[in-house]
Amino acid sequence: MKRNCFREETETPNQGGEKNDHLAFRELFFPAVPEKSCGVSSPPLPKKKSSSAMASREEASKVKLGPRKKKKSKKEGKTRCVHANILGEEDNDNPNRHYADNKIKTTKYTVLSFLPKNLFEQFHRFANVYFVFIALLNFVPVVNAFQPELALAPVVFILSVTAIKDLWEDYRRHRSDTEINHMDCLVYSRTERRYVEKFWKEVHVGDFIRLRCNEILPADVLLLSSSDPDRLCHIETATLDGETNLKQRQVVRSFYDLVCDFDPSKYDSVIECEKPNNDLNRFRGYIIHRSGRRDALYKDNLLLRGCTIRNTEEAVGIVIYAGQWRPLATTGPTRPSLRRCVSAGHETKAMLNNNGPRYKRSKLERQMNVDVFWCVIILLVMCSFVAVGHGVWLFQYGDKRAIFDVLSPEGTDLSPVLSAIYLFLTMIIVLQVLIPISLFVSIEIVKICQVYFIHQDAELYDEESDSHLQCRALNITEDLGQMQYIFSDKTGTLTDNKMVFRRCTVAGVEYSHDANARRLAMYQEMDSEEEECPSRGGTLPRRDSVGSHHSVKVVLRSHSTKSHRRTGSRAEAKRASILSKHTAFSSPMEKDITPDPQLMDKVNECASQMDFMRFHSQPMSQLPSDLGDIMDFFIALTLCNTVVVSSPDQPRHTVRMRFELKSPVKTFEDFIKRFTPSRLTSGSNSSSSSSLATNRSSNKGCSSLLSSPSAESTLTKLDEEAAAAVATAFSTSSPTHDGQLKNAEGADLRYEAESPDEAALVYAARAYKCSLVGRLPDQTTVDLPHLGKLNFELLHTLGFDSTRKRMSVVVKHPLTEQITVYTKGADSVIMDLIKSPNAGNSRGKRQKKIIYRTQNYLNQYAADGLRTLCIAKKVLSKEEYACWLQRHLEAETAIQGREELLFESALRLETNLQLLGATGIEDRLQDGVPETIDALRKAGLQIWVLTGDKQETAVNIAYACKLLDPEEEILTLNADSMEACSLLLEESLHYIQAKFLCGSPKAFQGDLAHFHIYPHPPPSNWSSSSHAAVHRLGLVIDGRTLAYALDRSLEDKFLAVARSCRSVLCCRSTPLQKSMVVKLVRNKLKVMTLAIGDGANDVSMIQVADVGVGISGQEGMQAVMASDFALPRFRYLQKLLLVHGHWCYSRLANMILYFFYKNAMFVALIFWYQFYCGFSGSAMIDQWYLIFFNLMFSAFPQLVTGTLDKDVSAETLQKLPQLYINGQNSEEYKPYMFWMNMIDAFYQSLICFFIPYFAYADSDVDLFTWGTPVTTIAVFTILLHLGVETKTWTWMNWLSICFSVVLFFTVALCYNASCPTCYSPSNPYWTMQRLLQDPSFYLLCLITPAVALLPRYFYRACQGTIFPSPVQVGRQLDRLTAKDSRRNISNLSGIQTAARPDPETNSKDPRRPREETERPDASLSVRIDLPPDRGVKYTKNSQEMLSIG
Amino acid sequence: MVKEENELVNRPDNTAFTQQRLPAWQPMLSAGIIIPGFVLIGLAFIGIGVALLITSRSIQVLELDYTGEDQDSPCFRCSDPAVRNCTCTLQFSNDRLIEGPVFFYYGLSNYFQNYRRYGVSRDDGQLYGDLSYFKEPYDQCEPYRFGGGNNQPIVPCGSIANSMFNDTFRLFQNINGQRREVPLDGKGIAWWTDYNIKFRNPTVTPLRDAFNGTVKPPFWPRPAYELDTSDPANNGFINQDFLVWMRTAALPDFRKLYRRITEGDYANGLPAGNYSLDISYNYPVMSFSGRKRVVFSNVSWMGGKNEFLGIAYLVIGTLCIVMSVVMLIVYAKFKFPEEE
Repeated sequence: MKRNCFREETETPNQGGEKNDHLAFRELFFPAVPEKSCGVSSPPLPKKKSSSAMASREEASKVKLGPRKKKKSKKEGKTRCVHANILGEEDNDNPNRHYADNKIKTTKYTVLSFLPKNLFEQFHRFANVYFVFIALLNFVPVVNAFQPELALAPVVFILSVTAIKDLWEDYRRHRSDTEINHMDCLVYSRTERRYVEKFWKEVHVGDFIRLRCNEILPADVLLLSSSDPDRLCHIETATLDGETNLKQRQVVRSFYDLVCDFDPSKYDSVIECEKPNNDLNRFRGYIIHRSGRRDALYKDNLLLRGCTIRNTEEAVGIVIYAGQWRPLATTGPTRPSLRRCVSAGHETKAMLNNNGPRYKRSKLERQMNVDVFWCVIILLVMCSFVAVGHGVWLFQYGDKRAIFDVLSPEGTDLSPVLSAIYLFLTMIIVLQVLIPISLFVSIEIVKICQVYFIHQDAELYDEESDSHLQCRALNITEDLGQMQYIFSDKTGTLTDNKMVFRRCTVAGVEYSHDANARRLAMYQEMDSEEEECPSRGGTLPRRDSVGSHHSVKVVLRSHSTKSHRRTGSRAEAKRASILSKHTAFSSPMEKDITPDPQLMDKVNECASQMDFMRFHSQPMSQLPSDLGDIMDFFIALTLCNTVVVSSPDQPRHTVRMRFELKSPVKTFEDFIKRFTPSRLTSGSNSSSSSSLATNRSSNKGCSSLLSSPSAESTLTKLDEEAAAAVATAFSTSSPTHDGQLKNAEGADLRYEAESPDEAALVYAARAYKCSLVGRLPDQTTVDLPHLGKLNFELLHTLGFDSTRKRMSVVVKHPLTEQITVYTKGADSVIMDLIKSPNAGNSRGKRQKKIIYRTQNYLNQYAADGLRTLCIAKKVLSKEEYACWLQRHLEAETAIQGREELLFESALRLETNLQLLGATGIEDRLQDGVPETIDALRKAGLQIWVLTGDKQETAVNIAYACKLLDPEEEILTLNADSMEACSLLLEESLHYIQAKFLCGSPKAFQGDLAHFHIYPHPPPSNWSSSSHAAVHRLGLVIDGRTLAYALDRSLEDKFLAVARSCRSVLCCRSTPLQKSMVVKLVRNKLKVMTLAIGDGANDVSMIQVADVGVGISGQEGMQAVMASDFALPRFRYLQKLLLVHGHWCYSRLANMILYFFYKNAMFVALIFWYQFYCGFSGSAMIDQWYLIFFNLMFSAFPQLVTGTLDKDVSAETLQKLPQLYINGQNSEEYKPYMFWMNMIDAFYQSLICFFIPYFAYADSDVDLFTWGTPVTTIAVFTILLHLGVETKTWTWMNWLSICFSVVLFFTVALCYNASCPTCYSPSNPYWTMQRLLQDPSFYLLCLITPAVALLPRYFYRACQGTIFPSPVQVGRQLDRLTAKDSRRNISNLSGIQTAARPDPETNSKDPRRPREETERPDASLSVRIDLPPDRGVKYTKNSQEMLSIG
Repeated sequence: MVKEENELVNRPDNTAFTQQRLPAWQPMLSAGIIIPGFVLIGLAFIGIGVALLITSRSIQVLELDYTGEDQDSPCFRCSDPAVRNCTCTLQFSNDRLIEGPVFFYYGLSNYFQNYRRYGVSRDDGQLYGDLSYFKEPYDQCEPYRFGGGNNQPIVPCGSIANSMFNDTFRLFQNINGQRREVPLDGKGIAWWTDYNIKFRNPTVTPLRDAFNGTVKPPFWPRPAYELDTSDPANNGFINQDFLVWMRTAALPDFRKLYRRITEGDYANGLPAGNYSLDISYNYPVMSFSGRKRVVFSNVSWMGGKNEFLGIAYLVIGTLCIVMSVVMLIVYAKFKFPEEE
């Protein structure tokens, strides 16, 4: 039992490298165990087994199964018993009958519950309640204004539109449910004694299911048998967590040893396990055999619903949990409230995405709500005015009652006051249109259309990953046009997260891998040729670092800089993507590493020596230590990971290197080896690393008897084996190996890793002929040069975690027979764990030198922007190991606090390491990142990069992606204490003030001042306060300092410094800090923030920001799940913001303004009329027109314009990012614009009212013969107003406007002809028909809209010609021919460039090594002199650095 | 490779619509278009304005107030509400011929037929001749829904009908001291659709039987089937004067067509001369300080006399031209855009 715990460890997600924080989260996200109520407390068991079952229940209840996530009623008990469904119970007696079946239902409604439930949900909206209230008010006779039934129409319409939408969505869910429920799977049938096809929904708990390769699991299944010789089953969990790598699951140990096929009819065990819960990461239970023996079950035995079987031909399992998944907690430490509903089955990834549209309120909407509030005020003022007027009007008649004054129904005279009060309510009904009922619906429709168009944009589509942008939040599209600050993650966001091995240092010697660098550069060149990239040489030379190999490095650097620009040629990438759709990390660029010749020679030398030594049976320890280190280094690279090996011809099929299958018996020696009992030979028992193997061999047969593993037996076994191995270790079969065969095999292998840098390292090792050829839970096969395939017995894997920042494997070295620990991890932690060398002997001196040199190289790598990892090893004596193992096993079997104990156990092991070397992995910049950052910055966006990486790495990447500019000064803040931090911030502030405030004021205005189309250059104060000018300064701050700076007392100072810097770079920041920074900026500066990231460590930041963007890259789905928008690549941000953001914002802003105008204008007509009808609330506009005006006559054109209007073309918007400032300053919709619109609306309504008034004054016109022209004129005016505001007229605009006009007349004509008496009280029979025969009607329709729109048109005309806004200039540029426009834009940019010396134009040769351009800016270094007694020390690096010790 | 087509399932459609590249017309508000445009619009408006003004000027209108507020007014005596069945005679002269056909209107001022509760106080079902509404009038007719001693339904119910204008006029031309009655044509003064479709008498003969069990509106002297004693066909709901009255006026100062002068010697119009108008003064307006008047007018293709539209067109047309000039000046002063 204890032994099995070993195995469990092999499954923990491991990760090497520094990409540390991501993992902590990733582990938390795992598929949910279905949760179903388990109604049976004591399932009746067949009599013959009752005793064992009873015992098991007792046992089970004793065993604590860990804290429950779910509150359960006592009745249900704590466990679930699963019996096989083939045991012969009658259906109504089946112990499993109370468990839910496998049918899923994700629909929200049933036929019956739809109406009440949907209405209930809709009435959560305040607006709906308001409109229903108004409609109901109409049923009160005293105050009614319209025909009550008619007044219900709009509300019913709006409600039913939403209801139909909901119904449709629910129907789609239902369809998809049905589809899933009717998927096929093979279920064992008791009657037919074979597997028969059944629908998923017919699967029950206790059924046996046979699964074939590439099938999706219909339910949570306990794996009982697998065709895999290792009794493994590989699954892919991409649908659950987005991770595409394979995961291994193991057959339940009792069934491990079945040789023949699993026969369900012989199964008679009972499974006792946890209740369904939502912890994907855990499964505990027991299987109780007939014999009464119990066996523990782990999550490694459970196959979760929705996963796909891979690489395994056949697997059989018993269903444990069936049915639907309930809420699945994806809890992260920073965000415990993040919960999502996961519905099983469906392409869950998509379902996951669809399930959590987040409801945020956009800035524009907030502004709009303020104005809706103003509308309410206006409405109330109007109503009160009319009510008072009515009272006064009635009062003036006094006792003399006019003949037209109607008494109350009771025949009594109403007092003026009471009448006024009634009238107030009536007026609210009459003027209700002022609060636009359809505004909210229209905005929603427009946003859906906008989302559709963003989705559809081909330029935001990534061919490589076949993914396009996803809008997950449907209602904040317009916020994209108003962003002011961008907070970006670095790894995976700016960079590709495609790791390429660049260089390494082994035993203190650096191998610079020049050829490899050249190769990477070649990819770049291929690319630029293909793309005709104009800015080919435009990359900035990067910062230098302290370094030795100057001449070499210059070359290298230019290459590496270039290689940052693209991942590889498109064709190559495409090919790669086709070849390896599922394999995330294997583009040729990453795979084909050109080895360093020097290192290669050493490897060869070492290998041959080892070969020689083995041949002569010399102990391996005699190997020269540098060569030994090299060997160990590569072995460590190969072993210390969780990479899964697969071969490409059989995609997703793990390669198995069972030697008995692969290598033919060629020599006698070989023959003998095969029959040697030691598994260290390449013999038949090669995989058995533990007593299990012995057990297995002794227990062959179809019965399932169990072994009882224990630590003792492992150790004894090891002893025996070691003894045996001495004899045989050196006789392994290398001479017999066919080199060619091996090469062919090796080249074809593909590695899948959870983290890309793991794969990169394995590929690197393969380049040195140290290739990983197979990995099993207990054994790893490595192909070494000259030595052939060796099996390393994998004793433990101590997985990566973000606290330890390292991973280790414990293996038994097949050559030296030593128990060796290989550790790989972040340099900072590994360096601390290195055994301090004993300076006395030569070995110690060597070690010391190695450490010193390695540290130097590490600094250099970091300065070059490489990710560094340290590799170390440790040899354990048997006693040490035994001692450790004892406690480790205790930890593994501990029930409480197991995780902590294991953690401590790992800490105990990973000490006193011996440093082997370090690697530098390049994380390449994504395509177009520098250009995107440049464009975004020109658009007035402040870009902050928050990364967990080291300062040097981060700064270098920042230079590479143009975030920092060599021209800029860099303020580096590193402080050890709060006081120091405070001091630093103050000094920085003083420095900035001294330098910039008194200095050249020109520097303030940045790019924009020189952009000549701005008549009044917008001061760069998009942040709230006007004094915040952005200087040409960069700020670099590290995590520790950031922690101080974020303190309440210092945050203001920090912000003051940070906001005056052009770019801010926060290194070594934790996820929490990231979100705190975003929150601080957002709350304090009151700016719109956007956070973009790809990993779980960015989730909190993404959630805090106004708009969260996730990169749907290779880091799983958490960032995407938390985000509002998911992008495939960083560079798409440019178009998303500059084009779509701008459009969405300007469209929506204009539409909202238009909406307010439209309704105010229409309602004001009735208001003016009150002066001529005794303030009695009567309306000359027929109630039908009044009610359907918003819904029908004016609805479509504004939707079309709101969806399609383009104020500036996409090309111009991208060429002139400056136009984005329009949205940042909310220039389309400023508060005063609402009032301007209102004034315009009142003016227009006055015109539309009084022109017909005077035209018909003192005539025999009747109420509706006069009111209908007024309505018609108003409709025309409103439509033409939209026409004035529409910037681009497509056929859809024309069509919609024509349609509206035609619709109005059609409705009017039909309405006026259909029934003479039905439309009480107005009954405008034949009115429109008569009007159409009246010439003055046409004359009115001609002049009134013209007069009404003249001022606005005149204003627009003047604005367009005499004082155009930047956006209008942009629009004019659109009109010019392409050539002219290019010239024009280049003129504009030319002016800009001239105004501010551009580094690009300055450096004539873009490839010029950076030293030359570097030097001048050393003189720009910040020197702040503090009194020395404060203990402040300045170190000046290549970067200006202020550090306080 | 086979899967390649399937691989890119998510690729968006590359159509002009989805890529937002629909061909579009971009109206550019530039001076080159606007100034000539304004001039053209201005000229067109001025043209229309002139035509309208000329038409309007050709219409002759004769308007006489007979409220009787002033002591000198012949109807002063009648304006006292206490006086019943009062008749007064209004003398007036006409300088020149009012060309026919001449329309004879009565006009009321300060009379709010558009008052909301007044305007809805009618039952179109009744007026459509539907007998079921005779028994149960529309409840908006309150308080003129049921009346009489037995609380019987009022037909036609409601305020509008109840307050029907009931002054009657007879027009005489004074020729050499002789009063020659001008024949007034009361037919066809209401809308054709009102007379034929919207309003109907119940298909009961004689008509008065339909009104059994109902009472007349309280202000009416006679029930609906006796509205016109001279012409039996002009009774019930299709009485022309009733139809005209039931079409409620839009504004508080209104006039309604009373008769047309189309017959006999007056088919060509009202010749110059002296006329006397006998008014049977019944309708009280003093309580709401209303005014009563009669209007003789002929009409043109664009209706009655109204100079406003013509003037409006002229003003706007002129304004357009002025604006274009202003823009031209401003434009010349500031800059010419880069279009040239």
